Amino acid sequence: MTDATLSPGKAVAAVKRPTGASIGPRWTNALFIAPYMVFYLALLVYPLFKGIWMSMLESDMFDDTSKFTGLANYYRLFNDKIFIGTIWNTVLFVLMTVPVFVAIGLLLALALNRSDRTSASLRAIFFGTSVLSVTIVTIIWKMMYMPGNGAIASIMKLFGLEPIAFITSSSLALPAIAITTIWWIIGLPMMLFLAALQQIPGELYEAAALDNASRWRSFWSITLPSIRRTMLVVVIYEIVAQFQLFGQAQLLTQGGPNNASRPIVQFIYEQGFRSWNLGYAAAASEILFLIMAVAALAQFFASRKRVEE
Amino acid sequence: MAASEHIVGRGIGNKLILLSVILVAVIWMLPIAWTLLLSFKPNSELMISTASAFHPPYTLKNYTDIFQSSGVFRWLWNSAVVSIGVTAGILILSSLAGYGFARAEFKGRDIIFVLVLLGLAVPEQAVIIARHQIFSDLKMHNTYPAIILPGLSSAFGVFLMTQYFKAIPKDIDEAAMLDNASRFKIFWKVLLPLTVPAQATLGIFSFLGAWNDYLWPLISATKPEMFTITVGMASTQTNFAQSEGLGFLMAQAIFAGLPVFIVYLFFQKYIVRAVAGAAIN
Repeated sequence: MTDATLSPGKAVAAVKRPTGASIGPRWTNALFIAPYMVFYLALLVYPLFKGIWMSMLESDMFDDTSKFTGLANYYRLFNDKIFIGTIWNTVLFVLMTVPVFVAIGLLLALALNRSDRTSASLRAIFFGTSVLSVTIVTIIWKMMYMPGNGAIASIMKLFGLEPIAFITSSSLALPAIAITTIWWIIGLPMMLFLAALQQIPGELYEAAALDNASRWRSFWSITLPSIRRTMLVVVIYEIVAQFQLFGQAQLLTQGGPNNASRPIVQFIYEQGFRSWNLGYAAAASEILFLIMAVAALAQFFASRKRVEE
Repeated sequence: MAASEHIVGRGIGNKLILLSVILVAVIWMLPIAWTLLLSFKPNSELMISTASAFHPPYTLKNYTDIFQSSGVFRWLWNSAVVSIGVTAGILILSSLAGYGFARAEFKGRDIIFVLVLLGLAVPEQAVIIARHQIFSDLKMHNTYPAIILPGLSSAFGVFLMTQYFKAIPKDIDEAAMLDNASRFKIFWKVLLPLTVPAQATLGIFSFLGAWNDYLWPLISATKPEMFTITVGMASTQTNFAQSEGLGFLMAQAIFAGLPVFIVYLFFQKYIVRAVAGAAIN
């Protein structure tokens, strides 16, 4: 690896030319990208195609062989109630979180788009939780949700209410994961919106103020149109990100109760690395990829439209 | 509505908004404050009721217990090795490739760049089964390289650095070229020093990403002595319900969160700028 990194310099230096580095195409220039391309091809492109191939195999872990079964794994998946359930759970989770990320992210950005110290500290608080790892976040929130002894249960008891068993209730497990996730990473959409708000020229608002436009009015006719693209970026980024739900669900609820909060990635993890049905897990991961590729394509077309405008 | 009334209303409105955001921020901090409070309580008391957290006795025993159980330190060390490895690797590979794609001409460059960008659309989950197989075949699981290397294939850094190199005015390297300098020398001596802000952005992103990465280390590192702190913390929370060592668990969470929190405090400006910069791209 070290050799590959150093070689561009050596190679170029070895060819002594009167003009030093020449302008124009030369194959030695490709040596700059070579080290990265090794990793790109070996650990991204190759596994991508290997994964597609594996999804068409049925592996037998007892004698370590596998045979080609075509689309049988996919066929099995679509008849697997648990897998269909995980798709449904994941979609539901995306629907629960993405609108909240957009709404609260934008509200916080609007409120904190000022240059005073208080706003800076508040921004730091809301963004600060994002740097924690998923395992720390779930420890903290297990403590919040714990039935009987948890913080929320204690507060409810204080008011004479019957404590809610969030994590062990099949209708509340997924919303509990959603709340944890929003608490964890609301900072990113907030920051993205803040960056967009700061791009809006102040004169627009000054003109609106001269026209006596209400706050509401200038929000609708100045702010919202100006951040349309960021809004789209946030929506699509969050859709792609939240489809990858895994750690929070695995650690908070283990996917339960009764599969009520098991997401697709947890299904892939368990099939692949707990039950060792590698082909089956690979097929599930291709389906997840397909769903997310649709979202990524949407992002691509959205940004292309912007260039044309 | 008269204009003056309007402005007065706006001032009060602003204060109300700020006040409500402060209130939300306090609620936002409650879970962490609660965790912090519990981490100073004796485990035996918490087993009876967590409400005991509001009154003494408080203790540092949970923290001293961390120092005695060696696991956490081993995990922190592993996380440091992995995160520094990933960060260094990404910075080196992305800088070279970014310069290559932005400045060095060679046949097929633009097509290769588009193909690399397509890599941004490939989620980790789509390749993770095959990656696991690759490292299994090489018998490399439970080693640092196995945990580090997959992170180096990410196209994000290459994209970021290419954009950054492209934004540097061309006259700077053209002047150096007339001085008979080699391509690598121009890259190393002239252009690379100009990319320090981008290196900081990419470095912080990569470090935090690697430190907090969960799925791949969970799959690749199966031996406790190879766990990163993120995976290790997951392994300790499995029998949470019994809550025998609740205070100890909370102390672990606080302790494990400290390194990233310190990084965050020190580099907050860069992180904010990094996020904002990534947003504009």
